[in-house]
Amino acid sequence: MHTHDQYSADSLPILLAVPFILLFFLYLMAVVLSNQEKKRWPVYRVFAWSFGVLCAILSLIGPIADLAHTNLTAHMIGHVLLGMLAPLLMALGAPVTLLLRTINIPTARKLTNILRNSRPLHFVQHPIVAALLNIGGLWVLYTTDLFLMMHENMLLYVVIHIHIFLAGYIFTTSIIYVDLTLLRKSFLYRTVVFLFALAGHSVLAKYIYADPPSGVAIEQAELGSMIMYYGGDTVEVGLLIILFYQWYKKSRPTFNNGKEGFAISNNKKFTVAGTDIEEVKRLNANAGMSYREINEWFAQQQSKANTVTKKR
Amino acid sequence: MTNSISTSSDYKQNPHKKAYAKQNMWTGILFGLGIVAFIDEVVFHQLLHWHHFYDKSTTDIGLVSDGLFHAFSFIATIGASFLLADLHRRHAFWLKRWIGGILLGAGVFQLYDGIIQHKWMGLHQIRYGVDILPYDLLWNILAALMIIIGAILIYQTNKERKG
Repeated sequence: MHTHDQYSADSLPILLAVPFILLFFLYLMAVVLSNQEKKRWPVYRVFAWSFGVLCAILSLIGPIADLAHTNLTAHMIGHVLLGMLAPLLMALGAPVTLLLRTINIPTARKLTNILRNSRPLHFVQHPIVAALLNIGGLWVLYTTDLFLMMHENMLLYVVIHIHIFLAGYIFTTSIIYVDLTLLRKSFLYRTVVFLFALAGHSVLAKYIYADPPSGVAIEQAELGSMIMYYGGDTVEVGLLIILFYQWYKKSRPTFNNGKEGFAISNNKKFTVAGTDIEEVKRLNANAGMSYREINEWFAQQQSKANTVTKKR
Repeated sequence: MTNSISTSSDYKQNPHKKAYAKQNMWTGILFGLGIVAFIDEVVFHQLLHWHHFYDKSTTDIGLVSDGLFHAFSFIATIGASFLLADLHRRHAFWLKRWIGGILLGAGVFQLYDGIIQHKWMGLHQIRYGVDILPYDLLWNILAALMIIIGAILIYQTNKERKG
């Protein structure tokens, strides 16, 4: 198809996979450490994180990665793994929450403060910005000569692959909130942004079908584009189910405050740790009497009973 | 709403359905839209291979429209399923109105697909290598029928709600 530097292509992917292997072991260490002091960290998060890391590594080293240099179909499988599936699974691992509960409290407070006051982080966590970084980046990659250049330039290869993963991760966390979230938008808002991002992805996939990046054979472009189209769909269905399930849990009927109704809530108040204050109040209202209140109530009943017997 | 406790007979009658008339209709419309797109994809694209993934005559606007509807259709299907679950948990499900919504949504999408996307935007045809007219007629008449029946059901439930 085209020539590229065989030596650079061999050593580089391993370099890219190293951070993921490190992250995997750091995560496991944090789970073991924090479990000794705190409530047990959910096992499904460990599984999600592990499979996420595995997906990323599979796309960076091994047969798929090797083939991806010369074959757009393999490249697209790698793209779905690194840019979509790995970010989704790793986001479900809630790494920041895990980190915060592993380090000591003063350090955790400092870290949350830094994160909360970081303007760049707020900026990229905006769903629209995250979607543009993610889908916009893909458009630039596949509709310009960047794709061709990527396979000839080492540095470009590394930067683009880091971008694909990070943009995918930031986009995922800007749509579903499982970890520490700095900027919160309503469910409807996120759904609409997601709609356009997904449409952008589908349109790009079909565009590649008709207009493949330079140097790519037609048959490969056709199969690759279909993998991008349907593979992307599959991952996004998973993300959507999580998003709507979160809505479903959050919008459960409340009967005590007289505000029963169907509403997609917005403008909520949150604590530093992301606790929804109104939600806690509502749950408390539903929880019935507190221990103290029950004691008081018993005392009242008792005194009433006493007065009744006295009157007799 | 004064009480959260419903008796079993209340449950069968779905006492809150009139308060949630709008959600019943929209849940149906979204579900209908999603289902038609799903049938289109599975039956006509994957099983029969009548529709093509890409057609050389496709215009740019057709590609964008296809992408948007593709994304919208499965967001709608999954979203509508959760909205349906929400109606049930509120004892507010209204079968007739929901079906009216489905037919309306399905009909509108099929008509849009049949007239605007297939014909005007040239996305792809229903089938290739045959006389297309009967296919187009059946496709769009079916769509119109669904819209009419759906609209009647919605109209009837509207009257029930007010009456």
